[in-house]
Amino acid sequence: MQSLVQHSGRPPVTAPPDEAAVRTDGLAKTYPGGVAAVRGLGLTVRRGEVLALLGPNGAGKSTTVGMLTTSVVPTAGRAWVAGVDVVAHPALARRNIGVVPQHNTLDRSLNVRENLAFHGRFFGMRAARARSEADALLERVALTQAAGRPVAELSGGMAQRLMIARAIMHHPAVLFLDEPTAGLDPQSRIALHDLVRELNASGQTILLITHDMEETDQLADRVAIIDRGRLLALGTPDELKRSVAADTVVKVVAETDPAALAALLRAEVPGARDAHVLDDAVILTVRGNGAVFPDVAAAAERARLALRDVRVDEPTLETVFITLTGKELRER
Amino acid sequence: MSTVTAPRQAVPAPILPPGGGWVGFAALLARDLTVLRKRPGDFIGRTIIQPLLFVFVLGYVTPKLGQGLSLSASANQVATTLLAGMLAVVILFQGIFAVGMPLIQEFGYTREIEDRALSPLPVALVAFAKVIAGTMQGLLAALVVFPLAFFVPSSRPDIDIHWAMLLTLAPLAALMCSSLGLFIGTVFDPRTVTAMAAIILTPLMFLGCTLYPWRTLGTIPWVQALSLANPLTYVSEGFRAAVTPAAHLSLLVIYPVLAGFTGLLLWQGIRHFQRRIVS
Repeated sequence: MQSLVQHSGRPPVTAPPDEAAVRTDGLAKTYPGGVAAVRGLGLTVRRGEVLALLGPNGAGKSTTVGMLTTSVVPTAGRAWVAGVDVVAHPALARRNIGVVPQHNTLDRSLNVRENLAFHGRFFGMRAARARSEADALLERVALTQAAGRPVAELSGGMAQRLMIARAIMHHPAVLFLDEPTAGLDPQSRIALHDLVRELNASGQTILLITHDMEETDQLADRVAIIDRGRLLALGTPDELKRSVAADTVVKVVAETDPAALAALLRAEVPGARDAHVLDDAVILTVRGNGAVFPDVAAAAERARLALRDVRVDEPTLETVFITLTGKELRER
Repeated sequence: MSTVTAPRQAVPAPILPPGGGWVGFAALLARDLTVLRKRPGDFIGRTIIQPLLFVFVLGYVTPKLGQGLSLSASANQVATTLLAGMLAVVILFQGIFAVGMPLIQEFGYTREIEDRALSPLPVALVAFAKVIAGTMQGLLAALVVFPLAFFVPSSRPDIDIHWAMLLTLAPLAALMCSSLGLFIGTVFDPRTVTAMAAIILTPLMFLGCTLYPWRTLGTIPWVQALSLANPLTYVSEGFRAAVTPAAHLSLLVIYPVLAGFTGLLLWQGIRHFQRRIVS
């Protein structure tokens, strides 16, 4: 990208290094028909970081990414990627954007190497340079052996690595990864996480879209939790976990109305911060590392309730999400 | 968080990104031609089978049986009529099968087009590149079919090539058919594609003056009038004017109407293409 910019003899289109990689201001999208997918999102992605956009399905993550990558036109607000206004200058903005979409969009008519080389050429690379860069990238994502194969023959993990290679082929300022490990087997998932870490270590700014909190915990420098089109919280995973102001999370299932159980636990368990009903269970957050299990058991016994299940954990991003929204992150 | 300062540099909107823009456009063409080169069978199949059968049955078999296209037409007149018609049919087929069908597939199932739509070119140019690649294939196909339509009939067609006309009409016809492919490829989806083939493609081909000259329709005035709404009529009649001595529609009608259809289909095709990419 840098050399392309210099060849052109015009001022660089990428913003200076102190500028945010992505900025949004009051970004909103209401689809025709009235569905408000994103409602006034203000977000900054710093250069060099991995920011995870975490939220359940339907939270507005894909619409947000669509707006940032110019495939969805916002109905309000503005957004900049590498300093370029994505609404006013979509074609120009795309030079700074690398996208790995949720579904496999590899060009089935071309082989593995051609997928990369043509992508580079679409971005203005000369054929010879595109070929040599494609070969270097294939080496980097361990697909050199598959260079001449049709993409239809690739396994899920290989296809995903090729899509990532394609997305960074033109040296984008920001790499958008939309649910990159969805549907991958555990081994491919680990390999993909390693690749993402390696890319980030080499300076690649990454916006990771996911509803997987473990993935977020492992990869993200900061996390933006969104639900119903709104930003609910933003911080490092540790900051967010600390924000629930609890050291312990207890999931309790008893043979009674969960709402009544929640009220009881909130009142009776020492150090109880909050209790949320989640289907037939109650999620109780507790401050202090004391013996929470006996406290819960004692409270249930005093109320003559039969406990069916009690699970004690440390707070996770899931806890943060439940505390913020009263619902789970995972799909059922 | 919501206090956002606008980026300090105001970037003017370029038609193409600085440098590389035309390289990108050329790469989109090269991509389609690479696919063509990798699957020559696809091209040969859609290019020669249909015209070959038409020319073989109508220009060879039926004249030998003593039937011909019309009882009053000689085998040589039939061959002459078919020559122009087959050039029109083969160009139409390239538009449908090199532009329309791949787009229906890429928009409908695989979303493969997304990566090209994410290139730093205006989305309209990505659509236009597809049309240009289709136009080139249409011209190539016409070149392939010409000798076929000349040698297969039982009697040689009369040839009278007006080069200036041929060199302007053929690209215009190919551009129009490729634009039609863009329109069809962006309006129809995989569920409606078979209906498209039956309802649009077949009448376009059979009622596009491919098998008879427009003037002979004078005996059925309503068909003659209806044929004027068929863009392929102007392609067939245009080739009739450009490569044969046969009677044809006035050039003052052919060129403007072809240009009009091209503009309309290109405009609507690009509009639908943009809508499929950007929501």
